[in-house]
Amino acid sequence: MPNKTFFWFFLPTGLAMILFIGLPIISTGIQSFYAQHDQVVKEVKKCDPFGCTVSIVVDQEKTSKIREEKPLGKFNGFGTYVDRNHLAIEEIGNFWNETNSFGEFVDQVTNLPFYKALIFTLTYCLFVTPNVLLLGFIIALSLNAVTRRIRGPLIFGTILPMIVTPLVGSLVLFWMIDAEGIIGANLQMLMDDPYLSLKSSKTLTWITIIIYGIWHHSPFAFVVFYAALQTVPQEPVEAAIIDGASRWQRVRHIVLPHIYPVVTFVALISLMDNFRVFEPIIGFSAEGSAQSLSWLIYDNLVNEEVILFGSAAATSMMTIVGIAILLAPVLIRTWKEFRTAR
Amino acid sequence: MRETNMKKILISLLFLLFGTSAYADCNIKSGSINILANDFPALRTFVETAKGCKGSADFKVTHSSEHNKIAVPALTANPSEFSARIAANSSIVPLMNQDLIRPLDDLVKKYGKGIQDSQLITIDGKIMAVAFMANTQHLYYREDVLKELGIAVPKTYEEVVAASEKIRASGKMQYPYAAAYKAGWNLAEEFVNMYIGHGGEFFKAGTAQPSINNAKGVATLNMLKKLAGLSNPDYLTHDSEAIKVEWESGNVALMTLWASRSGTLLDDDGDAKITAATKLTGPATVAGGNIPAATLWWDGFTLAKNRSDADAEATFRALAHAAANKKMVADAADQAVWLIEGFKPGPKSIGVIEAVKMKAKPYPMLPQMGLMHGALGSEIVEFLQGKESAEQALKDVEAAYMSKAKEQGFL
Repeated sequence: MPNKTFFWFFLPTGLAMILFIGLPIISTGIQSFYAQHDQVVKEVKKCDPFGCTVSIVVDQEKTSKIREEKPLGKFNGFGTYVDRNHLAIEEIGNFWNETNSFGEFVDQVTNLPFYKALIFTLTYCLFVTPNVLLLGFIIALSLNAVTRRIRGPLIFGTILPMIVTPLVGSLVLFWMIDAEGIIGANLQMLMDDPYLSLKSSKTLTWITIIIYGIWHHSPFAFVVFYAALQTVPQEPVEAAIIDGASRWQRVRHIVLPHIYPVVTFVALISLMDNFRVFEPIIGFSAEGSAQSLSWLIYDNLVNEEVILFGSAAATSMMTIVGIAILLAPVLIRTWKEFRTAR
Repeated sequence: MRETNMKKILISLLFLLFGTSAYADCNIKSGSINILANDFPALRTFVETAKGCKGSADFKVTHSSEHNKIAVPALTANPSEFSARIAANSSIVPLMNQDLIRPLDDLVKKYGKGIQDSQLITIDGKIMAVAFMANTQHLYYREDVLKELGIAVPKTYEEVVAASEKIRASGKMQYPYAAAYKAGWNLAEEFVNMYIGHGGEFFKAGTAQPSINNAKGVATLNMLKKLAGLSNPDYLTHDSEAIKVEWESGNVALMTLWASRSGTLLDDDGDAKITAATKLTGPATVAGGNIPAATLWWDGFTLAKNRSDADAEATFRALAHAAANKKMVADAADQAVWLIEGFKPGPKSIGVIEAVKMKAKPYPMLPQMGLMHGALGSEIVEFLQGKESAEQALKDVEAAYMSKAKEQGFL
């Protein structure tokens, strides 16, 4: 495609991307460098049906003046990024000096909200992404081998987990693993432990969410792999059969190299998706045991009566950086291959 | 299920009929009314009564349990999405902090006939809200279970623990106690109650510096953990609705729950035997204290600042009509402890009335309290799970609070 044609072709998408993705990211970035103005408070008398007390309120007259002058707030630089609820640079330094063993140090650091969330998010990515790829590929291979007549309904059944809204899917599972639910109650019987609860144990909650993630994301990998399998040329496969190659050898040496670019694509998309894991935490009411980076943002925006824009913006920016770091190896590799191919 | 739905539809239809015929006397000629409120029966009744006198004004209402998340953004817009917000002690604070609600003095003078002085929430001499009901969390118990095992009705949390252990030992129930311990707002609320019961203060006097990492804080956490050990192991995912369901399935004999939920607990739905044996009593005290480990709450209406005066007037007239309505109070005496003149407390109001008699403290109405509440909700979870010490948990709460308070400019 000539560059000019490409430019006009891409222009509408490009504009929309700048408008709906680029600008909001820039605005979020700017916001993350600001904090609220110092609150001016005053003592006043408050009366309610239960009596009167002397207490403090925000002095609106003075505050509104300051706000009008600088509506964005007080410039805070990287203050929000390095505070205790985010990167916690100072706290980590203190832990390093105060703790006696490395284990203790790690315990202290992973007790900080940002690192706690980061560890869950990375664990989730690390377990879900490869399993999704593997499971999706196995399903695609098996369905590809089934007779054409029943393939349609089978494919439909397989992609159901993707069609079901994430929140609904996780809620259904949530009720099933309840101590009184079908899975929860049976597990208690099996393990002979009436206090066993999938929801109260941190490890079990993590496992549940990861299994849910694999269940929910596999169909996407399957659909893409299945489409790619349709393009595998039949001649080399037949030649391999004649040469006496086993099924595994055929998959390993013909099918996989052929669909390799697609595998990279699915891996990229799933990594990005998984790094933003959020719905299952809400669906499973798992806030107590599992927090992800996206959940932290949500928490800052809605969970408290005060909205912490600066905190939420800082976490958002760090999530973007995190995704970029995660994707970097794959992107660099693709770029290199692209260069050599040319 | 379907039966209850039918009932709800019938009741709302009745209200509609009532509304248009019985109270056509408000004479509101213009303006538009849009109300944001939490979702429980008493508030629905209140808003329906207000609707009854809307006259020719537009009338819209949003009942949502997510009201806290909507309120600030919706009222910040100019013009604001809602003309009124039904708020409580805690939820009026962010509105005050951001200067989103208007003083009501003139409107009360002009249209506030019948509203009692005790209903007025005044801050710095200005009326900012009109309260119409009171709420608190108190004990519910199963009379049959306690009687059978010869247990007296508990008055302190120590007795609650002893009673629950006895019930568990008898083999009748595995998890005899329940309270809304869902991580987040609910759990933090339980901490606030228990800490106040221990006589604790959240901040160093006159400042926004936290002061919960002390012996009272530790005792509070230990008591919460003891109670959690007697609850369903999934307690960290249970909110008020979930423990209500637990109660109605007969799994629980002692429970701390909102007074405003007693109506749905004691209605005709569910097992009649359990309903008949469900009894209410005041909130419990703890650690030999005199004041109950509970906070008093009011629900009242506030008017948005960023809305035209005409809308504010129409909204006020409709809501004031409900906030001074003897007929509503008489008809719905079961649904809430109304602060409105003419209310005769029934058996379902025992909890709140006892709490007031025992001099329970109101929930602290401080500008930075929301941040403390938020920090509590996420940082004490690991202590309950047995993953860290009480001191560490309280240290974490203070640290998390400090970062947030710094960002918000309170420190």
